[in-house]
Amino acid sequence: MLLSEMKQGDKGIVIRVAGNGALRRRILEMGIVKGTEVFVEKYAPLKDPIELILKGYHLSLRVEEAAQITVEKSRQGTG
Amino acid sequence: MTDKKTITIALAGNPNSGKTTIFNNITGTRQKVGNWPGVTVEKKEGLIRKFGYDLKIVDLPGTYSLTPFSIEEIVARDFVLEESPDVIIDIIDASNLERSLYLATQLREIDSKVLFALNMADVARSNGTKIDAEMLSDLLAVPVVFTVGNKNEGIDNLLQEAIRLAETSPEEKEKRNVKYNKDIENAISKIQNLIEEKVKEKINYKSRWTAIKLLEDDKIVKERFAGKTGVAGEEILEETRTLRTYLLNHFDEDAEIVMTDDRFGFIAGIIKEVQTTTARERIDFSRNIDLVLTNRFIGFPIFIFFIWAMFQLTFTLGAYPMDWIESGVNLISLFAGNIVPESLLKDLLIDGIIGGVGSVIVFLPNILILFFCIALLEDTGYMARAAFLMDKIMHLIGLHGKSFIPMLMGFGCNVPAIMATRTLESEKDRILTILITPFMSCSAKLPVYIVLAGTFFTAKAGNVIFSLYLLGIVLSILSGRLFRSTLLKGVDAPFVMELPPYRVPMLKSLMIHMWDRSKMFLKKMGGVILVGSVIVWALSAFPKNIEYSVDYSFAMNRVNESFNMKIAAAGDEDKDALKKERIAAIIGLQKAMNAEKTEKSYMGRIGKGISPVFEPLGIDWRGSVSLLTGFFAKEIVVSTLGVLYSTEGPDDKDALKKALRSSGMTPLSALSMMVFVLLYLPCLAAILMIKKETASFKWTAFSIIYTTSVAWIVAFCVFQGGKLLGFS
Repeated sequence: MLLSEMKQGDKGIVIRVAGNGALRRRILEMGIVKGTEVFVEKYAPLKDPIELILKGYHLSLRVEEAAQITVEKSRQGTG
Repeated sequence: MTDKKTITIALAGNPNSGKTTIFNNITGTRQKVGNWPGVTVEKKEGLIRKFGYDLKIVDLPGTYSLTPFSIEEIVARDFVLEESPDVIIDIIDASNLERSLYLATQLREIDSKVLFALNMADVARSNGTKIDAEMLSDLLAVPVVFTVGNKNEGIDNLLQEAIRLAETSPEEKEKRNVKYNKDIENAISKIQNLIEEKVKEKINYKSRWTAIKLLEDDKIVKERFAGKTGVAGEEILEETRTLRTYLLNHFDEDAEIVMTDDRFGFIAGIIKEVQTTTARERIDFSRNIDLVLTNRFIGFPIFIFFIWAMFQLTFTLGAYPMDWIESGVNLISLFAGNIVPESLLKDLLIDGIIGGVGSVIVFLPNILILFFCIALLEDTGYMARAAFLMDKIMHLIGLHGKSFIPMLMGFGCNVPAIMATRTLESEKDRILTILITPFMSCSAKLPVYIVLAGTFFTAKAGNVIFSLYLLGIVLSILSGRLFRSTLLKGVDAPFVMELPPYRVPMLKSLMIHMWDRSKMFLKKMGGVILVGSVIVWALSAFPKNIEYSVDYSFAMNRVNESFNMKIAAAGDEDKDALKKERIAAIIGLQKAMNAEKTEKSYMGRIGKGISPVFEPLGIDWRGSVSLLTGFFAKEIVVSTLGVLYSTEGPDDKDALKKALRSSGMTPLSALSMMVFVLLYLPCLAAILMIKKETASFKWTAFSIIYTTSVAWIVAFCVFQGGKLLGFS
């Protein structure tokens, strides 16, 4: 599934990062690479952007950017 | 040691790694803030003497990598490559080791002498993360020093280690760099061999590093490489292209993507060895704060409250020192009035210089407090949350949530705000933000509102001023949308932003921040405003020999004589009343004379010349002149109004208000004037900054014309619309 489809509290493993050059590289360089575990901390009050926790830090991404990232859900959130 | 040696130490690190704190601790107040050559990123340097060495500390911009996407990254990389600092201290946030190591591995690849400062390990430990520094040092062959920036711990140790590293010969240690996978490594060695065979002498970068960058298709390195190596280089570039195509087919990915993966793989290996995390999902302090501050329901109300509180603090708390400064300026001008003999020079000194600069320097407390608040928002980490909350809205205008930060600073002063657009990665975003930031009502416009709204809307002044700020915001949003769909079409920049942990800010760093920015205001004061005040004064003081419509001195004499006669004839009880009447009559004549003098001065003539343009806005010639002078700096609008309404001496605080009320200005025309001041062209300093930051004469001219046209149209609608609705 896509990262943008995950709900608050969900956890997943990154499978693939798609998208164009600069954006994709930027996402990768912030540590969202294949095999990284990401946790959906929350969505902003206006439902966009998303706040993620990965590699022990907090990162925010827009929903449309998260839609470039394919993940495998590893844990269902409670929220 | 007698002969002093200068060692250049560059500080590198991720944003929010505590780099600035460490830099401030090392250099204290001995820092020089300037620009990196050619670009507009702030460069901080400090020169200190320690352990028998002169240490030149250069603070590189905070970056997550050295891939040249943003200006910051280009600047940081170029400094490391071209200036070859003796040592690079990579400041690593211990609670963020994995991500920090990405930049670290890139620094290692460049082959410069790197030293790790493992910062804030105490915080990491309390979060359940333990780092084996010795192992880390061994694995990467890099010395590691523990530091706690905000407690100033480990700094001396760090510098000693840096000096020691600078003094050792570079070949001493075998480098332990990222090993890429077999196919990539093969490609790297092929290119590296070619470089060493054919063009070794022509390039000054390390051959492995150059090979890696060429394979990554790094535009900047490719260009420089081609520029230096000519035909032989062309061959190598051709070979690289073939290798890249091969790798693309092999991995179904571009080489640089595979290499990024490999670097993180390498880092993951190191992390496994050196880091132990006990708590699996940390419930930390910062997350709990965020549960409230970015909460779905109360996040926005709190955000608005913070902004409101910031402005309250700025303007209510600031009012006290404002009073003190005002009295101080009055004292100076009284003192100068007593010791300087009557002359043109005296007029220049008191009315021009002291009056003009004095009327502006009173806003220093406001500006200091405002910048303090902004520094507080930045240093605590709330600024990133503001961007997080606002991104959706900013995205509607076609902007990045980060654009909110310069726009917010625009409320303080447009000059640093325009400078702050440098944090935006996309050129279009930067230009767009620069174009709409001037609609954020800067603090220099506030005095104008205070005087006009305070005079004409007394009890409702606060609401009127608040509405003005709101109007500015609305217009900037509309303009943003307009530009995004016309002049600056294109894909929005990605919103990939770290939300750093909340931190208790350090007073020292807040002070330095505040001072750096306020200094700009003071510099403006010494330069532009001083010159502006003198010009305004001169234009209103000359020509000296005016032909008055009435012979005022003759009229005054006559009034005097007639009253003298009346007083002589009157009884004792009437004498006092008559004396008062005489004084009133003479003051009336004097005021009329002053008003005529201003009217016939150069200033008055210019004002009258352009006043037809402002007439539909309900602004008279005095207003027109003030607006004109506001080009130097918005604060001058008030001092010009003061001169034009010839308020008698600075000792009468409410004189200007009285004069304004009796001048025929109405609440509606005052509102129209405030709207115009809110929107019209940015001040000279801001315009110069726009020119500098956009590096384009066209955008600068566009900004001037656009803002002024919008100002005229909106003020026209306010005044004429208000008249139609029956307001006055």
